[in-house]
Amino acid sequence: MSSTLAPRRAARTDPGPHGRRAPRRERLVGRLATLGPGIGYLTVFMLVPLALVLSYTLFHRGRFGGVVHEASTENFTRVADGLYLGVIWTSVKLAGLTTLLALLLGYPTAYLIARLPRSWRTVALVLVVLPFWTNFLIRTYAWIILLNSEGVLNRALTGVGVIDRPLELLYTPGAVVGGLLYAYLPLMVLPLYSAIERLDPQLREASANLGARPARTFWSVTLPLTLPGVLTGCVFVFVPSLGNFVIPELLGGGRTVMVGNLIRDQFLKARDWPFGSTLALTVIALLVLLLMVQAWAARRLAGGNRA
Amino acid sequence: MRRFNWLYIPAGLTYLFLYLPIVVLVIMSFNAADTPYRWDGFDTAWYGRLFADRAVREGLINTLVVATGATALSAVLGTLLAVGLARHTRSKLLDAIAVAPAVLPDIVLAIGLLAFYTAVQFTLGLHSILLAHAVFGTAFVAAVVRTRLAHVDGSLEEASRDLGATAPQTFVRITLPSLAPGIVAGALLAFSLSIDEFVIAFFTAGPQDPTLPIVIYSMVRFGVTPEINALATLLLAVSFTFVIAAQRLSRLTESF
Repeated sequence: MSSTLAPRRAARTDPGPHGRRAPRRERLVGRLATLGPGIGYLTVFMLVPLALVLSYTLFHRGRFGGVVHEASTENFTRVADGLYLGVIWTSVKLAGLTTLLALLLGYPTAYLIARLPRSWRTVALVLVVLPFWTNFLIRTYAWIILLNSEGVLNRALTGVGVIDRPLELLYTPGAVVGGLLYAYLPLMVLPLYSAIERLDPQLREASANLGARPARTFWSVTLPLTLPGVLTGCVFVFVPSLGNFVIPELLGGGRTVMVGNLIRDQFLKARDWPFGSTLALTVIALLVLLLMVQAWAARRLAGGNRA
Repeated sequence: MRRFNWLYIPAGLTYLFLYLPIVVLVIMSFNAADTPYRWDGFDTAWYGRLFADRAVREGLINTLVVATGATALSAVLGTLLAVGLARHTRSKLLDAIAVAPAVLPDIVLAIGLLAFYTAVQFTLGLHSILLAHAVFGTAFVAAVVRTRLAHVDGSLEEASRDLGATAPQTFVRITLPSLAPGIVAGALLAFSLSIDEFVIAFFTAGPQDPTLPIVIYSMVRFGVTPEINALATLLLAVSFTFVIAAQRLSRLTESF
């Protein structure tokens, strides 16, 4: 493994004959011409807006909306209030449950796809991704039709006689998790697939030859080696689920409030931008923490494999 | 002797889960009834209603204008950025800035841009959505072009320089053509993400000129009308065609 990586790494650090000959000024011009526009754009339209949001967390709302530039920590004590903390905790729970379900459905799916003959693999993968390329709101709307008390699922269940009264499916936390799962499941399958597909089948054969049962092989060979893919998939599903406000609104019917709904309302309804910014910063802090844990776990796994 | 593979159950559930809602939508779009909860026979009337709907038509045009502009801007900025990151710097910070829009939750970018536009007293409209969409578009184009760059042979560029071409000449004649498939793939990605994008558009749109996702959002929130089923079916057909065509295209380019 390291022998195949070595030349590429060497090529990256060695400037090469052309790199050594290029005059200093020309290199500076090249750097400015390529990096300048993109980094400049992202600075103006991403970094400055983020810095603005960050600075708002210290201010408070004026009597008629707007931002009063008087520094205080009032917003942070408000976030720590039981009500808001509860909403944040609900969001983490729902996003976490979504991620877990996505993993339970996604792993076997990705595993099977990776075992298919090559030509079928592409078809199976495209079929997983296809719904993802259709409008996110329409995918959510499809669930309203399915889950409504007069909807398809309830009528099918009453028709068969499983239940005699329509179940309350829509506007529940379960409906929100279902909607989030539907929206982001492909993001779990793809990284899992690429991790499982890369796995050397000889490793599983070796494990079987040494007498391990399939379950043992899975737990001590396949799963540990594909954990980086699991981590990536979990982040891909958890991150967009946590900040989502459309699905809780449409499928939760305002009864299941997630932190995204709070942020949206602070910005567009209550017009308390400083507090909305503070809630957003809390979400970012949670995600940064998550990414740090993921990076740490991935590093440990990589270290473990090499040893 | 082949045993039954238990993995078929969760995998089958995955596909059932993914396609059941879509199939129901498509069937209901041909429903004569004015509610999706009763079947009154086959009818295409909702498609007629949809084509006559001005809000949907204008939303579609707005979306295409925004997506085209944002994609053009992203393709230029993203390609330059990818080349710069791969060839002209080793800065981890610049790397992080370039991927940040792709990992940042959309609502964070949305409120940031709303705050920014308000602070500099920028009027909101299609242009403000376009500039916002170019932020994540640039990140995605840069990411796709960079993976392409990793496979491009740098010795061609060196040869070009050794034969006396200037740096801009080498960039236009050697680097760009070899990156073309990556640029096209990145631009397609940026385009489809922009067409589908709702949250950032919702925050940075002006009172007039909603994009199609915003129109759909208000339709869905207002209540269930079978017109949405017809619209959904058409959009599904378009994206399915698009994805399958892209798949064919990538298989063609891979065989080179």
